Amino acid sequence: MTTIEQVLDGRTVCVCAGSGGVGKTTTAAAVALGMAARGLRVCVLTIDPAKRLADSLGLEELGNEATRVDPDLLESNGVECRGELWAMMLDAKQTFDQLVARHAEDEKARERVLNNGIYQQISSALAGSQEYMAMEKLFELHSEGRFDLLVLDTPPSRNALDFLDAPERLTQFIEGRSLQLFIKPTGLAARVAGRGVGVVLAILKKILGFDLLADLSEFFTAFSGMIDGFEDRANRVNALLRDEETTFLIVCGPQAEPIEESVFFHSKLVEAGMNFGAAVVNRVRYRLVEGEVETDRAEREIGEETDDAGLAGKLTLNLAEYELLAERDEENIERLRDRLGGAPLIRIPYLDTDVHDVAGLAEIDRYLFTDETTRESLAT
Amino acid sequence: MLDFLDKRVIFVMGKGGVGKSTVATALGIRATLEGKRTIICEVSATENTSRLFRQEEVGYREVELANDLWAISIDPDDSMREYVLLQLKVKAMRDLLFRSRMFTYLAEATPGLNELVTIGKVWELAQLDRKVRHGRKYDLVIVDAPATGHGITFLRTPRTFARIAKVGPMHSQASELDAMITDHSTTGALIVSLPEEMPVNETATLEKELVEDIGVEVERVLVNGVYPDRFESSELPAIESVAGSDRPLARAAGRAALSEVRRARAQREQIERLEGMVSSPISLLPFVFEPELTLSSARMLGEEIA
Repeated sequence: MTTIEQVLDGRTVCVCAGSGGVGKTTTAAAVALGMAARGLRVCVLTIDPAKRLADSLGLEELGNEATRVDPDLLESNGVECRGELWAMMLDAKQTFDQLVARHAEDEKARERVLNNGIYQQISSALAGSQEYMAMEKLFELHSEGRFDLLVLDTPPSRNALDFLDAPERLTQFIEGRSLQLFIKPTGLAARVAGRGVGVVLAILKKILGFDLLADLSEFFTAFSGMIDGFEDRANRVNALLRDEETTFLIVCGPQAEPIEESVFFHSKLVEAGMNFGAAVVNRVRYRLVEGEVETDRAEREIGEETDDAGLAGKLTLNLAEYELLAERDEENIERLRDRLGGAPLIRIPYLDTDVHDVAGLAEIDRYLFTDETTRESLAT
Repeated sequence: MLDFLDKRVIFVMGKGGVGKSTVATALGIRATLEGKRTIICEVSATENTSRLFRQEEVGYREVELANDLWAISIDPDDSMREYVLLQLKVKAMRDLLFRSRMFTYLAEATPGLNELVTIGKVWELAQLDRKVRHGRKYDLVIVDAPATGHGITFLRTPRTFARIAKVGPMHSQASELDAMITDHSTTGALIVSLPEEMPVNETATLEKELVEDIGVEVERVLVNGVYPDRFESSELPAIESVAGSDRPLARAAGRAALSEVRRARAQREQIERLEGMVSSPISLLPFVFEPELTLSSARMLGEEIA
């Protein structure tokens, strides 16, 4: 009978994770709005390039800085906000640039990295860099201590695990064996520069071309001075994710695939020592009928309410199709529930209209911030 | 026949959860019905784990799913190997390279290289004169592209590489791939969307990026999951009274219908909004009332593409 408020009690960081297209951004925003309404100073961070959150909150533009959502906008949508709601749209590239600036030995080293073709590719395109930058910004905000609660909407990768692996993948990439290969005195960097051109290198040059190799070697050489800073930072970000103050929400839809992913993701979270808070299943068709729809009986019952036989037929067909999907949702959700070991699972119904504004978020909060019994009766 | 089925390569784009893979499959079936030998490419460059959830592993082999309908899951490591095989004609050089740790590390470390060789494989599949030995000829290559953010980055990779590697074989290969993507006579893109607020916004952004930034031709915007107009607005009062019934089944039927009516109405508004926001032709695909998509529904969806 848990509400989201109980799940978040005593937490300062809430990470919303899940595969793409399941309403993660909306859920993160609704959680943040609900907690702000209950008196906390909350900031929701999103990294989505499609600027979904900005749309949701009626903000024209979110910079790489936290912006307060206008309390009047909340009030005019019927949300009495006792706390404060802030939002930040994360620019991964800009965050990466700032990180480089912070760790660079001097201005020359910084400029070398920022202008390097490989760096430009990495900072905007390397799988994991967006995810890592989201956590980096989360860590920064958390250290500043300006907010009671930070809600992180994770990047829209196809699967949730990308997010969890991101810091490791990125730091491995930057400080890993590939780097060693380049910066050792006898490493590739030295050899690309001309001394002792081996056969393998000659072949690589033939395939990749000299410029690409030179850019790579320059990139790794420039980054070598920043390794310690990056490593230390990544360790602290990882520690924050595992801290008691942090909790994870898994957001998903009721279809088989997202449910399977959530089951898998939950086991990975637990394995990695993270605190799992709750699963939020969006767009659930609640069952309206107990047991199977007996079409004859339905048609008869409906027939007693309307004279229009054609309409009665259509209503019956529509009900049968609705229940088919509702049953599927129920089966999938039960599968997830079985695996959660008693942890809360919150079902948000498939609302009649899209959620893309404060009023819609407030509607979702009616379900998030209540117990299962009330949810069931609200939804059916 | 669908006009764009004359192309050789179609990239199916769209954000996660909109049904890109479904559309790619449906289009593949449609193409074979129109006499095209077709291959559907699943791209795993950045999404390895998603493959864990597949019931059947297609793998890096061309597999025939049905008559003249083939599938392949493009693996970057295999593509890289293949690329080297094609570049280095001397066997001793290849063996030396494959054995060298430097090569393995470098292939791992170079950002975007996975995407580049993946597109390289798409290009290779689309050649009438296949580069790999005993390669089958395909009339059409359908690529189930990575979700939005990555999708754009994915298509942009060849240009980025052509810029970084200023000269040499990588430069020419990357330039050739970019030329393929932007050649409107051979290549096109489809955007898969949903009749909902956010997907509509994102579709408009994606179309702009694809056309103006990448330079690829967008053939259609396909709107997935469109509800049928099952009820007339004149029937609303009757439905409302059924929904207010004391009989549980009648009440449930009324409520399910009201929800359907409101959803369908909201969808129509979104489709109208989409029409005002994109310049590519729009084609609507019906919502499939099935717990999981069946082959016959996929075929039906393919036939609905207009």
